[in-house]
Amino acid sequence: MAINVKDLDRDFKYQVMREPGGEYLSRCFACGTCTASCPVREIDERFNPRKIIRMTLLGMKKEVIESEFVWLCTACYMCQERCPQDVKITDLMNAIKNVAVKEGFIHPSYTAQVEALKNFSRLYEVGEFENKKRQKIGLPALDTETKKEFVQVIDDYVSGLLKGGEE
Amino acid sequence: MKYAFFLGCTVPVRAQNYELSARRVAEKLGIELVDIPEFRCCGYPIKSVNFRGHLVMSAINLALAEKQGLNITTLCNACSVTMIEANEELKEHPEFLEEVNRELSKFGLEYKGTVNVKHFARVLYEDYGLDKLKEHITRPLEGYRFAAHYGCHFIRPSSVYAEFDDPQYPVSLDRLVEVTGAEAVDYPEKQLCCGGGILGIKEDVALALSNKKLGIVKEKNADGMISICPFCSIMYEGNQKKIEKIYEKEYGIPVLYYTQILGLAMGFSSEEMGLKLNRIKPRALMEAFSNG
Repeated sequence: MAINVKDLDRDFKYQVMREPGGEYLSRCFACGTCTASCPVREIDERFNPRKIIRMTLLGMKKEVIESEFVWLCTACYMCQERCPQDVKITDLMNAIKNVAVKEGFIHPSYTAQVEALKNFSRLYEVGEFENKKRQKIGLPALDTETKKEFVQVIDDYVSGLLKGGEE
Repeated sequence: MKYAFFLGCTVPVRAQNYELSARRVAEKLGIELVDIPEFRCCGYPIKSVNFRGHLVMSAINLALAEKQGLNITTLCNACSVTMIEANEELKEHPEFLEEVNRELSKFGLEYKGTVNVKHFARVLYEDYGLDKLKEHITRPLEGYRFAAHYGCHFIRPSSVYAEFDDPQYPVSLDRLVEVTGAEAVDYPEKQLCCGGGILGIKEDVALALSNKKLGIVKEKNADGMISICPFCSIMYEGNQKKIEKIYEKEYGIPVLYYTQILGLAMGFSSEEMGLKLNRIKPRALMEAFSNG
């Protein structure tokens, strides 16, 4: 599919670069070391860090933030270790995900994790059942309370983003 | 030696054999692990959603440890890297620290930035030290061969781990395995990711990643893999039967936590180290080190 210049969003790269981790996007000279180092790319060609960086620099905002592929980074940091331009690619992928979320495109797996954290302050509930099991094998019971601090952080930083986006 | 013991979300529910063995080993070594009841999620899952929100979550835990004047040790690679990186960010960007403290002040907390975070395996390797560890080995695991799996966030990114180990050719966990008297099996792709980070996003890709390493380890004929991260273990052990089915393979590779084999070498029984809680039963070890 050809790229139509009229569809490009020239501000997209700056939007990404304003996010923590996205600062070094423009250092990329497209060598492809990231893609060659990526264990996910080896299995699924849709995840291609060099291509994602290129698309971001060109301003293909819709194609990037609405895609599933931005969520396929395992955060193994191999690309980041090997990048000759120190683009900090793993951090950059995270910045792109943060932009996608702000624009209303969060992966459902993360919606579920946010929900769990808001309910339990942990990813998995620790209730009486779990504590009984823990004590039976000789482990101390854990505090089961939902901490108001965590509810507050999610309310202040995340809940608004899940209701349909900011900016 | 005294640390605030950070369990995170996965260990206390899905890796109780890890927690049990770590607690018992630490006690015998004289490393005091202090439970802080208010500890909760490290913030890792929120990083992909909102970076600043994840910093605050990390900082809540860091502030709780700081209040007690303790450094943190963790059993999970993701918890370690999240809080280590958050610490760095707060140090490098005073504006982040200021924002975090504005949020923390809502519930009477403050973070000054004085807490150090270290994975428990790194504590054993660096703070306790291999020589001192060796003195506690009463029953060397001679004849056993284990493949060490480091997991990404124990050694990467090098921006926060440079002083510790090589990000692509690490040695620390192999040395820790060798202290037990077992052989640390060398194998290709030691640095390969387990895929755990995307299990909930794209299961087939995540399992394909795990399958790749299981195949390599199988070829090396090791007695088991050694893990130091609950999520890596979920991938290689918890999902091993599923992977065998999908790829029509027979692996049957036990995956043990490092603290379990260390404990066996220190004289603990397989029961005390929770080996029966392992999903792929390490039968040879269970029989050899049973107390009954």
